Amino acid sequence: MGHAYTPGLKVTPKILLKKQRILPLKGDVVVKKGDRVSADDVVARTELPGKVKPVNAANILGVLPADLPKHIIVPVGSVMNKGDIYATAKVFFGLFKTNLKSPADDITLETVSNITGKVLLREKPMPVEVKAYVDGTVTEVYPDEGVEVTSWAAMAQGIFGIGGETNGILRMVCESPNEPLTPDKIRDEHKDCILIGGSIVTAAALEKAVEKKARAIIVGGFNDQDLRNFLGYDLGVAITGSEDKGITLVVTEGFGEIPMTQRTFELLKQYEGKRACCHGATQIRAGVIRPEVVLPMAESELEKGEDVKAGALEPGTPIRVIREPYFGRIGRVTELPPEPRPLESETKARVLLLKFNDEDQEVMVPRANVEILET
Amino acid sequence: MNKKPEDIKVIVATDCGSTTTKAILIQYDEEKGEYRQTHRGEAPTTVEAPFEDVTMGVLNSVQELAELSGRKLVDENNRIIKERGENEGADVYISTSSAGGGLQMMVAGVVRSMTAESAERAALGAGAIVMDVIASNDHRLPHEQIERIRQLRPDMILLSGGIDGGTKKHVVELAELIAAADPKPRLGIGYKLPIIYAGNKDACEEVQNALEETVDLVVVDNLRPVLERENLGPAREKIHDMFMEHVMQQAPGYKKLMGWADSQIMPTPGAVGNIIARVAEMNNLEVVGVDIGGATTDVFSVFNDPGDATPVFNRTVSANLGMSYSISNVLAEAGLANISRWVPFAIDEKILRNQIKNKMIRPTTIPQTLTSLVIEQAIAREALRLAFVQHKSFATVLKGVQQQRTISDAFEQSGTEETIVNLMNLNLLVGSGGVLSHAPRRHQSAMMMLDAFRPEGITILAVDSIFMMPHLGVLAEVHPKAATEVFLKDCLIFLGTAIAPVGQVKAGKPVMKYSIDFPDGKNESGVLKQGDMKLFPLGINQKAQAVFEPIAKVDIGEGRGQTVRREIDGGLVGIILDGRGRPLMTVPDDKNERISQMVGWLENLEVYNSEELRALGRQ
Repeated sequence: MGHAYTPGLKVTPKILLKKQRILPLKGDVVVKKGDRVSADDVVARTELPGKVKPVNAANILGVLPADLPKHIIVPVGSVMNKGDIYATAKVFFGLFKTNLKSPADDITLETVSNITGKVLLREKPMPVEVKAYVDGTVTEVYPDEGVEVTSWAAMAQGIFGIGGETNGILRMVCESPNEPLTPDKIRDEHKDCILIGGSIVTAAALEKAVEKKARAIIVGGFNDQDLRNFLGYDLGVAITGSEDKGITLVVTEGFGEIPMTQRTFELLKQYEGKRACCHGATQIRAGVIRPEVVLPMAESELEKGEDVKAGALEPGTPIRVIREPYFGRIGRVTELPPEPRPLESETKARVLLLKFNDEDQEVMVPRANVEILET
Repeated sequence: MNKKPEDIKVIVATDCGSTTTKAILIQYDEEKGEYRQTHRGEAPTTVEAPFEDVTMGVLNSVQELAELSGRKLVDENNRIIKERGENEGADVYISTSSAGGGLQMMVAGVVRSMTAESAERAALGAGAIVMDVIASNDHRLPHEQIERIRQLRPDMILLSGGIDGGTKKHVVELAELIAAADPKPRLGIGYKLPIIYAGNKDACEEVQNALEETVDLVVVDNLRPVLERENLGPAREKIHDMFMEHVMQQAPGYKKLMGWADSQIMPTPGAVGNIIARVAEMNNLEVVGVDIGGATTDVFSVFNDPGDATPVFNRTVSANLGMSYSISNVLAEAGLANISRWVPFAIDEKILRNQIKNKMIRPTTIPQTLTSLVIEQAIAREALRLAFVQHKSFATVLKGVQQQRTISDAFEQSGTEETIVNLMNLNLLVGSGGVLSHAPRRHQSAMMMLDAFRPEGITILAVDSIFMMPHLGVLAEVHPKAATEVFLKDCLIFLGTAIAPVGQVKAGKPVMKYSIDFPDGKNESGVLKQGDMKLFPLGINQKAQAVFEPIAKVDIGEGRGQTVRREIDGGLVGIILDGRGRPLMTVPDDKNERISQMVGWLENLEVYNSEELRALGRQ
């Protein structure tokens, strides 16, 4: 035991994706096993109970809480329209009446309490729909809960993202993975598209992409200061995906200016002009969720490519360093010393020796600070 | 479990964490007549896909124990062997769990500073993360409270409110709010959310009427039966029961694991609190324990009530202060200036921000360079400091368990919120969690704890060696003697003793005279000046005789200007004289002065490699 954890992000030209599309509450599944669905198709829907508003009825009517039920003139559970009277009481020696009316249409009288003297009014339920997210086939139906959609696709996972699920036509806006995505590269015709950048997206470019209504940006790096300015707050913990900023951002490498891995860039390039799906949801804890770009494959494309597997960490394995002082650099393992060795920080850790692609010199890094590049 | 304590000789304990399952083997040494922890194994936790069975990780970690110890612990049917033979099996198997995010609760009470706070204490003491506290006077409108309850999706809710025989209206109102929200449990789509009612017993019927159709309601004794007394035991026990019966049943493999265990599976922080409270009680110590993890920082304390001197246990969880998952939040809450003051070189904000975020998104990486290590440890100081600030404000006089007070005291205290955390009385400060337990030099752990907690007077510093406090916390339920023996002998690594005079003195002026007689006959004596940090090596299990004579306005524990004669305990670091004053002297505004001061302190305490530190300072 005790082997170091080497996180690797999936970047593959072909994978059989199985996506579970589950409702937050029980509801209706509207497709059946074997159905072909496209990304925007609704596969299940339900209704979230409406908002509840307590009304201090006994107080307003001027009656004791224990007497309140006598003054309610519609049955509990009734659905009322705006202005419908649901409670009434005579005041001032019976000369005047005080009435309680429904504040809007489709309001349900939920409960009447003879202890607290309050009634609860509930607004109409809010519909919730779950879409297929990817083009594919329904391969499993979980009654009342949702479905599994299966699809052959190419896929690239990111390390961090913001924003929810979306889809659009892929457009390469940088010529190489080393090129920053700047505002001048974003044009009117990028509306509803997913834009592929290089090493970093600048704050101004991101703003312009929102203005031009691009749906998503996939890029190597992003500055944390720009993230804070864009979101309007400092992101404390890595739980994202529900941001509503008008765009989805998928960062493939990390924070700072870091060229997108050549392989990711090339894979995305192959799908330029085709429809892709992506999301920015990130959760780094138990049950890790990483953002992703899914590139559905047409029947005719199924011949190409093969799913890649991450190899074991052994001499010759291609790896990328994921922490300073060699952050972002790519090389190959040359040696895996079994015993822990002291680092510059005096931390003793299991290490590996590697050579970077462009150099002969061998360097040492902790095994925990590399990720295996899938081949 | 029917075994007598004296028949228990071999114990296997596991802690199923979010990412790793850790197993330890404890064996009775017949010759020495004591229990010792002998081996340790670990394996990835297997709660999530593709494995979805926690027992696989448990068996893997126990199998590693077996291989390391040469004792057969797992049988051919993949079960832990529970019949002890010559060289196989264990007498007892116990476990804790925080997998899947631990126990996440919401609590509700009528008055925020009274029943709601008592409910919060009960939930925290049981080892839960309290997601929110709903109270009738929490300044939120009812529909906002309902919306919040609906959003949270806790594992369970603890509802309290009203003293027995008191007004029922408010607690019933809360029950109606919860019913209206129709809350859903976090795990599992098809079962009802468990709610424990521990409020006014006279309101039981109305609360049941309001809630029983929507949720799975259980009623226990009121946790605040009268205003001046808390009765948290029944609620805490029920939380543990419900955790086992409901929450754990939803987690894959736990049913099987519960069948194996000889004692209830406790939430990990509940078990840590248990061992700290027991050790404090058995040794008559006032203790602070801290566990700084990737996502959260837990602080536990036992201090004597200033009124009747009964020990009071408190636990707080700072849910978003941690060293990986929540590291970015430490920067957001503490601010760059507070982190920079612990860094003995200049840092660029843009680079620092990106580095911190990169640690957040790749939490398993470790600092390779000294720069990275120093920055991580600076962030740790602020996470610990902020967590301790929260703890002190929570651990107030009224909030003590089973306190007998008069009603007038109760009202007075709710206004003043006086903390019972008196650092001058603190005997033992225990640090746990990777950044403290695995710092490359123990001196770094000591310095981080001094900077964050700022103990006053004379305090012993220790770290948890391999995070076995959770295991020992459950073991304490089964075999208290074994648990406390292993805690003091194997779990704690003593760093030494810090002497921190309290008082404000001008920089460079004398604070106290000291004279320390070491066991080898050597004597160290001199004058400690304001701003000095001194270190005298004194090994583990060694003791020195010391005399400290503070100046008139300085206190070392016996009162201002009073001489202290004490036996001082050693450790892997030794004796630290911390002359930085309490409150801690201010950091110079000038960058170069700040760096020079910091380098001086770090060098005196041998915290980092001096040459490399100076080189960084020059950059």
